[in-house]
Amino acid sequence: MDAFMQFIYSGLTVGAVYALVALGFTIIYNASDVVNFAQGEFVMLGGMITVFAFDAGLPLPLAAVLAIVIAAAIGVALNKLAIEPARGAPVVSLIIITIGASILIRGASQIVFDKQLHRLPAFSGDEPIHLLGATLLPQSLWVIGGAFAIFVALWLFFTRTLLGKAVLATANNRLAAQLVGINTGFVMTLSFALSAAIGALAGVLVTPITLVSYDVGVGLALKGFAAAMLGGMGNPKGALVGGLLLGLFEALTAGYISSQYKEAVAFIVILGVLFVMPQGLFGAKKTERV
Amino acid sequence: MTAKQKWIQLGILAVIMLALPAFFPSGYYYRVGALIYVNALSVIGLVVLIGYAGQISLGHAGFAGIGAYACALAPEHLGLHPALAVLLGAGVSALMALLIGRPILRLKGYYLAVATLGFGILVSMVLSNERSLTGGPDGMAVPDIGLRPLLRDMGLRVSGGEFWYAASALVLLLGAWIALNLHQSATGRAMRALHGSETAARTVGIDVARFKLQAFVISAVYASVAGSLLALQNGFITPDVAGFMHSVEMVTMAVLGGVGSVLGATLGAAILTLLPQVLTVLADYEQLVLGFVMILVMIFLPLGLLPSITARFRGRGV
Amino acid sequence: MTILEVKGLGISFGGLRAVNDVSFSVKPGEIVSVIGPNGAGKTTLFNMISGVYVPSDGSVSLNGEDITSTPPHLLAARGMTRTFQNLQIFHDMTVLENVIAGFHLQERPSILGDLLSLPAARRRSAAVREKAVAFLEKVRLAGAASEQAGNLSYGALKRLEIARALAVGPKVLLLDEPAAGCNAVETEEIDTLIAELAKSGIAILLVEHDMKMVMRISNHIVVLDHGEKIAEGTPDVVSRHPDVIAAYLGTEEEPAHADG
Repeated sequence: MDAFMQFIYSGLTVGAVYALVALGFTIIYNASDVVNFAQGEFVMLGGMITVFAFDAGLPLPLAAVLAIVIAAAIGVALNKLAIEPARGAPVVSLIIITIGASILIRGASQIVFDKQLHRLPAFSGDEPIHLLGATLLPQSLWVIGGAFAIFVALWLFFTRTLLGKAVLATANNRLAAQLVGINTGFVMTLSFALSAAIGALAGVLVTPITLVSYDVGVGLALKGFAAAMLGGMGNPKGALVGGLLLGLFEALTAGYISSQYKEAVAFIVILGVLFVMPQGLFGAKKTERV
Repeated sequence: MTAKQKWIQLGILAVIMLALPAFFPSGYYYRVGALIYVNALSVIGLVVLIGYAGQISLGHAGFAGIGAYACALAPEHLGLHPALAVLLGAGVSALMALLIGRPILRLKGYYLAVATLGFGILVSMVLSNERSLTGGPDGMAVPDIGLRPLLRDMGLRVSGGEFWYAASALVLLLGAWIALNLHQSATGRAMRALHGSETAARTVGIDVARFKLQAFVISAVYASVAGSLLALQNGFITPDVAGFMHSVEMVTMAVLGGVGSVLGATLGAAILTLLPQVLTVLADYEQLVLGFVMILVMIFLPLGLLPSITARFRGRGV
Repeated sequence: MTILEVKGLGISFGGLRAVNDVSFSVKPGEIVSVIGPNGAGKTTLFNMISGVYVPSDGSVSLNGEDITSTPPHLLAARGMTRTFQNLQIFHDMTVLENVIAGFHLQERPSILGDLLSLPAARRRSAAVREKAVAFLEKVRLAGAASEQAGNLSYGALKRLEIARALAVGPKVLLLDEPAAGCNAVETEEIDTLIAELAKSGIAILLVEHDMKMVMRISNHIVVLDHGEKIAEGTPDVVSRHPDVIAAYLGTEEEPAHADG
């Protein structure tokens, strides 16, 4: 039982990060129908920039804010320089563009920063907390709590603010949104900034646990993509559930079956779900009009 | 495309293959040439899948992995000749594609992308983790195909580089011929039709699921044979052959050259195979430039190099 | 002597009743039109008959055999095919290839023969090519045979779609607004073509907004409103039916020249 709880804690921690990456995928997908494979790089940037700013003497909160702002700016640049010029390109081309962007950001990071592993101090110390018979690092609570806070804030943004509703309207029907006077170009820019900022924040939160280096982005992007698809692309609730489920599957597989195959089980589960529900768990079923 | 155009394309390919060695500054370039042809072979498979049938795969390196490790493992464990191991790998890949294709190909767009991605990752994970069999991430040696001594007995002395250059070129020509045949045939037409409109394809009696599956299996066999050739000519193989980045590389080559065209596929393979060779002088800047090139080409030549260029020649613009 | 029989067909989308209890039949060589105001459920009805949607209730039979919810590609093999309101063309293929694709079932593609370009496969392709050219001549598109289909004008694409459907060799042909978006000359061409096809024995089921055309060529008309059949009969009977006039007046259009 203790071991089980231990796996649940680690699964929730990792799952919260996956959920945030999946959320980034979802926001951009809703605004532009693009699946941004560079999403994992924002997590990496969040971690790396914070580490280097912190080492340069900046206080940790300030370093984190700086990282988030820079990541958001890079997200906006990605949209302006690579996605908008390719509007209307086939899905395969868009996939290649964002994978290209991911390789580019990674390549730039290894030059600007370095190829070493870096760590940050935990925000609230390393004293383990005993809870329900297992132990939990305070930083895990930061990650899980941070993810939860972001989801709540975003939910409020989408349901309570005019701007949030404009984003939702654009996701629903771009043309109709334009017709009622929504600046859909701005909505896209905002979505990229928001996704990048969320990714960077995830990177800041998780770096004290998992460490960071220039090449952690790809793995995270694949997991986040898988989590988003598992939940049903385009649905924030799907991103949350998909991310947490993926984290839990991995942790339980690593604990009870084989740590080598923990990622395998995650993908087997995804294949299984897609076979039964081709739109993911919460995806909307589309009927083709002829 | 007419039968005449098919033979012109094959002719162009053959002439380039024959002429190229005259410009090689050293024997090393035979190796590079062979690598281009092997990559082009797997990319032609994707031309069938993506270009003809309009289905995405981000996991075809998985089939390359199956082909590669069949050549590494079958000679030792099954006592099979390496040349027959190529066929075994192709058979296993085809069977795999048949099994997973049915359920996977019901998915569309990004959902299909993630499902194929999952398949590729599963294969590379098995190859990395089954250390006792595959040597894990460090890779394993692949036995020699043993054809060069045979040629020597026939009085033909060729270097390893020359042998693999010729062998890969021949297999590529065969692969190109088959893909071009398919393009003109009823089967290829059915694939291209369902690419255009699945709904309309059904109304003329095309069993959409069946032809998607055929395209998937055919492309899997191409990837598998290419993986086998890669393993045999390098004499060594690591699980990277089945990795996500290799899948991305294959798709990029296909789209870069022009995803509906066999010659374009070869051009795309040539550029992306040469690029890292050129970029090694840039050392740390290699990835930066690679990513940059991928983005630029997709923005400015969304149809891929060859179709964009031919469109320009016909004065239609891009 | 009925070839297509629709009995009590109905479908709901998430609680909304789109089509309810529609029945009618079509004989070989007959032109039956389905008319009704926008949103009356005409295309939905077509989609159920042609296997695109699975009906919630009712049945469709072809030549006396039940074909309800048979997948469209199997319906084509049984001799029923259709065209679409929103064009469904294979844009990246040539005009000729579009029609050749219609001969898919006749060509009986074999994967090995096609990969290796075996003589038998080539012979079948050549034979089919000739027939396809003949169909293109019939719809006056032979001159554009090697053009990319995507480059054709709207009216030409409408005719191309009909040629492709004819290549299937249908006994029953469903035409969903074949004259929509066509000018007067093109409409008359299509009009003549449809009459010719019916004369050759093909049963034709037509959805069309051009009332003049419908009244001119139909043997029998089925009127839908809000998903229900409100009237049926010869053009004469239908155009004087009070419910039909009410339905059209309700949308501020008269049956004689309703075009929206």
